[in-house]
Amino acid sequence: MSVWVYGEQKSELGLEGTITRKLEEDLYEVFIGPQHPGSGHMRIIIRIDGDIIVEADPDMGYVHRTMEKLSEGREWIKNVPLFERMAIHDACNVTVSYVMALERILGIEPPPRAKYLRTLLCEINRIAAHLYGFGIFGVFIGHSTMYMWSFADREVMVELAEKLTGARLTHSYPIPGGARRDMPQDFPQAARKAVRYFRRRLDEYRKIFLDNPVTRKRLEGVGIIPKKIAAELGVVGPVARASGIKYDARLAEPYDAYDEVEFEVPVYEEGDALARAWVKFEEIKQSLRIIEQAVDWLEKHPREAPIHERFWAKAPPLWKKVFEAEGRVKLLPLMANLKLPPGRAMARSETARGEIVYYVESDGKTTPYRVRIVSPSARNAIVFKYIAPGYKVMDLPTIYGSIDYFPPEADR
Amino acid sequence: MSLDQARRIAEEALSGIEYRVDEGKGFIEFIVAKENLVEAASRLKKAGFDHVKSLTVVDYKAEDKFKIVYHASSYLNEDLAKAIVGIGTEVPRSNPKVPTLVYVWRSVEFQEREVFEFFGIEFEDHPDLRLLLLAPQIAEKKPLRKDFIVKEEPIIRTKPPTG
Repeated sequence: MSVWVYGEQKSELGLEGTITRKLEEDLYEVFIGPQHPGSGHMRIIIRIDGDIIVEADPDMGYVHRTMEKLSEGREWIKNVPLFERMAIHDACNVTVSYVMALERILGIEPPPRAKYLRTLLCEINRIAAHLYGFGIFGVFIGHSTMYMWSFADREVMVELAEKLTGARLTHSYPIPGGARRDMPQDFPQAARKAVRYFRRRLDEYRKIFLDNPVTRKRLEGVGIIPKKIAAELGVVGPVARASGIKYDARLAEPYDAYDEVEFEVPVYEEGDALARAWVKFEEIKQSLRIIEQAVDWLEKHPREAPIHERFWAKAPPLWKKVFEAEGRVKLLPLMANLKLPPGRAMARSETARGEIVYYVESDGKTTPYRVRIVSPSARNAIVFKYIAPGYKVMDLPTIYGSIDYFPPEADR
Repeated sequence: MSLDQARRIAEEALSGIEYRVDEGKGFIEFIVAKENLVEAASRLKKAGFDHVKSLTVVDYKAEDKFKIVYHASSYLNEDLAKAIVGIGTEVPRSNPKVPTLVYVWRSVEFQEREVFEFFGIEFEDHPDLRLLLLAPQIAEKKPLRKDFIVKEEPIIRTKPPTG
């Protein structure tokens, strides 16, 4: 392992707060992981002086699957189920920007109904992923009640997603030009019931976790990322927003129905682990608002096929007959051999953990020429290296849990 | 601010440097010579593009070149945040070496390590150019280059295993 001299980097970057002191002899090297330091497999190699971390080296790649390479050998539509394996409980958020990039190359826009359906599932996924994050965070700092509660309550959102898409996880819901199917007739009631339940429940979360004096002692002032350093390190999502950066891909480049629904983006200035937890907590509330609005819109507007008319015109007669009789839509057969014109597109969407960026290049075949994915956890991994030094060893789980690092998504 | 306005800001910042513009859907790229890459990136950073979203490398095997593009955007300037502007260069496949931009954008540190292992592109003066995701024996094969072909393994075994 190479040795970094932090003093030099400080003078170049002027990043105060990231460096404690120069490396000295008599340091212990501690390997944390890869057997589940958290939600999956990754290792952090830290060097400690007494109880203080002086150097941290995130060692990723234990669940790497070469998705960028695999995608080059698969048809466009088959990459949707591939990419959602990055974060299965956040499947719609992760794949919607890939689908958007394909739509940009095709030059089509999904119909409004499909946009609202996608937005609806994105927000259901966001809540489920945040609850997953809270659960892992809770168990990291020894708060097993939070773990039990959030994993149990996550079930409500997972079942809601099942009702909408037919799958608990890995929904493969967004497809080029629209959504894979419409919501069932009794979905609005179920969604409203879930929203009511969560509104009540979130208050209890606040009491037992965020306002709990024990939790606050562990989180307050730990892993502080000042605004300037957060921008320099390029962190994303709740980590950036807890450091005062007003950035959300849903606002910067509104996609789907996000420019039509009302919601707020919570931003905190403190930049510590507690602020990051609060951002996620407040985001759940905003997601509930969006779910309500999307369900209202979908109920009010008459059913239409949630797929671009260019594709729907080529649907087999059976598809149209089923749609007319029951209002159901299934995946169109032409999707299997979809050909994209040559072109390049980039798209970004806001997943629960932050912004995901896709670069897609087509050379006119049925498979991509190149797909570049930069997932939020991959961009947040740099936090371990520059922020963890200076804190105690027992603060590392807090930092890990608060940035909601998710190895399968970071490794791709 | 639209992509066009961001483009004007970037063009202003890059005045004096020779560049070629490559347009894509949802982003724009400025391709400069390898020697001007660091200078061009520093000027973009001063213009407000404070972080890199994606270090995108594409292997054009037919044209015998790698295209290396740093797709940057802004956090601190809320208007610029709406656009993705790339700065990049092209290098021949036989000698893939470019100067590192870690000292301009710290956010590319891990992404340059990733490109190093997947494409074998060397970033000169990178403070810590090690493997990030892959094991050494896989990284040797430079898996994201176009001459690495993924062989599909048959799911059903046709012959019983010998031995």
